[in-house]
This record gives sequence, structure tokens and C-alpha cells, in this order.
Amino acid sequence: MHELAVTQSILDIALSEAEKANAKQITSIHLVIGDFAGIVDDSVQFYFDFISQDTLAQNATLSFCRIAARFRCRVCGTEFAPQDQDWGCPSCGAAAGEVIAGREFYIESIEIE
Amino acid sequence: MTNNIAVIESIPILRANDQVAQDNRALLDSRDIFAVNIMASPGAGKTSLILRTIEALQGTPRVGVIEGDVASRVDAAKIAESGTPVVQINTQGGCHLEATMVSQALKKLPLNDIDLLFIENVGNLICPVEFRLGEHHNVMLISVPEGSDKPYKYPSIFTVVDAIVINKIDLLPYCDFDLPAFRELVLALNPQVQILPLSCQTEKGVSAWTRWLLETMHTSQ
Repeated sequence: MHELAVTQSILDIALSEAEKANAKQITSIHLVIGDFAGIVDDSVQFYFDFISQDTLAQNATLSFCRIAARFRCRVCGTEFAPQDQDWGCPSCGAAAGEVIAGREFYIESIEIE
Repeated sequence: MTNNIAVIESIPILRANDQVAQDNRALLDSRDIFAVNIMASPGAGKTSLILRTIEALQGTPRVGVIEGDVASRVDAAKIAESGTPVVQINTQGGCHLEATMVSQALKKLPLNDIDLLFIENVGNLICPVEFRLGEHHNVMLISVPEGSDKPYKYPSIFTVVDAIVINKIDLLPYCDFDLPAFRELVLALNPQVQILPLSCQTEKGVSAWTRWLLETMHTSQ
């Protein structure tokens, strides 16, 4: 439920950038969110529809680019996607590894008119 | 009308929070205060760990505490009984602490009388992870009855913390917490993490925790 705080930050950044660019309207906000980032898309959308009312971002489309989690095995270097509770390296069987994707949490771009 | 497409590269979503966290950190550094953000599930023993640590340190270094809870002053009252300066933050339903809350709390603490500041976050393994507060170190507390499969369910927190305290090890004979498997999995995710099993009830392992804490504190100053 930290999505409200996250959504408020997304809106604040979008409005601030739109103002700098003298935009009349924000049409889209593109977000990149890793599967390990703990963010529920629907929840962000729900809060956004509510808090963006009467701002330049009202009716803006939120797009979510989800990044699947990936590990790099610390023993043999194989890169792989964890499967449910099977986090073993498919090549050597070592446990999990360095998280090389899945923790992304940023605004990639904002479209304005 | 033609759409202007403004591409703004990779803005961290919590940029505003991060900036306040940096201000908090600068304030703490200017006062030589080492701050530790403690994150855990509700009931893992965050307040008990802080109380045991205060007892073990016996006033050197001098401890201060910021207590984060959704509601009530229950935890702050326990800390205050030990004579330790404490400020309670009630998040009014919020599931995590944010840097601005800590900034306000710091104004209410006697910073000249504190060397080591514990920030007890709201009991939650997801939401606090992304919100920096100005802390120097992040410590996760997990308790034996919660089970050793937590990394599968809440992977993110295990990748960002500097230490994991495993509390309630006196209950190991009664629970199926697989300590070796937990250790192997966590170290694969985060090889630098310090794993410190202890029991706030029996005090076993508490001295290893305080030793690590003091060493870390001295190394960073």
C-alpha cells in the first residue's frame, strides 16, 4: 500500500517536468518497474486516476514496463530467471545469485502536448 | 496538434524522498550520529532488540530511538522507561516511514546526547525497502517462527540490507526454520550481508550483534 506515496511521487515528477516544458497536458507516463520492486500496477493506476484529477496529468495514460527478475550465478556466472521457489542455477545448482534485473523503479519518459 | 514527446531519462520515482534522506544524512553526519534503520515483520522483535541493545551497551555509545508505528505510543513508552531519548512517529495508516517523517522526528531529539540512532520502521517487509531515511546502515530482523522461506516471498529486502538478525533462536527446536538453507540463499543474494542469530529472550547471541554494530559504527566514522 506504499503505492499511494509512490504514485504521488510519479505525479509530482510528471507535473514538475511538464511545467518546465510549458506543456498544456501530460498524455502519457512511461514507468519501468522490476518484479522485485514490490509495486502493484493496478494500485498505482487506481491512485493515479484519483490524485491526478484537475491537474495537467488528468487522463494521462500510465504504461508499465515490467522487468522480470534475473539472477547471475555467483559460482559459474550463468544468467537465469528464478522460477517460483526454484532459485537454483540451472547449470551448476548453486543457490540464487546476484540480482541483475528486477529491482528497476524509475520513470523512463513523459509525453506531453 | 502534434504531440511533443519529451523523453526524460530515468528519473528515480522516489527522487523527492531521496533528497530529504540525503539532508537527514548530512545532519546526522554533522553531529557524528550513526543511524540504523531496522526493518522487520510485525512481531519479529524490533523493539525487544533495541531494548536488549540499550541494556548491553550501558550508555556507551549513547542511544536514541525513533519509533515508527501505524498508531499508538506503546513502543516509545517501553524505550522511554529505559531512560533513552525517543520520538514516536505514528504514520496514521501508512505502511512505512518516509524521510520527511524522520526529518521531523530528528528536530524533537536531543541530537547532542546521541551517538547511535535506531530508527524502528513500521512492521512490513515490502514498503520500507524503497524509502531511504538518511540511515547509514539497514538491518533486517527476522524471527524463527516466521520461517526460513521469506527470501522467496520478499526478495528485495534481502538484497539491500547490511545485516540480518535472526531473532528467537531459542525456538529453533520447535520450528522448521532451516538455518543452513536460509544462510546459503541469503548469502547468494547478498554476499556482504552479516547474519547474526540471537535470542532477545535468552540473550544468546546479543553480544555478537552489539560487537558487529560497534565495529561497523567505528569503521564508518
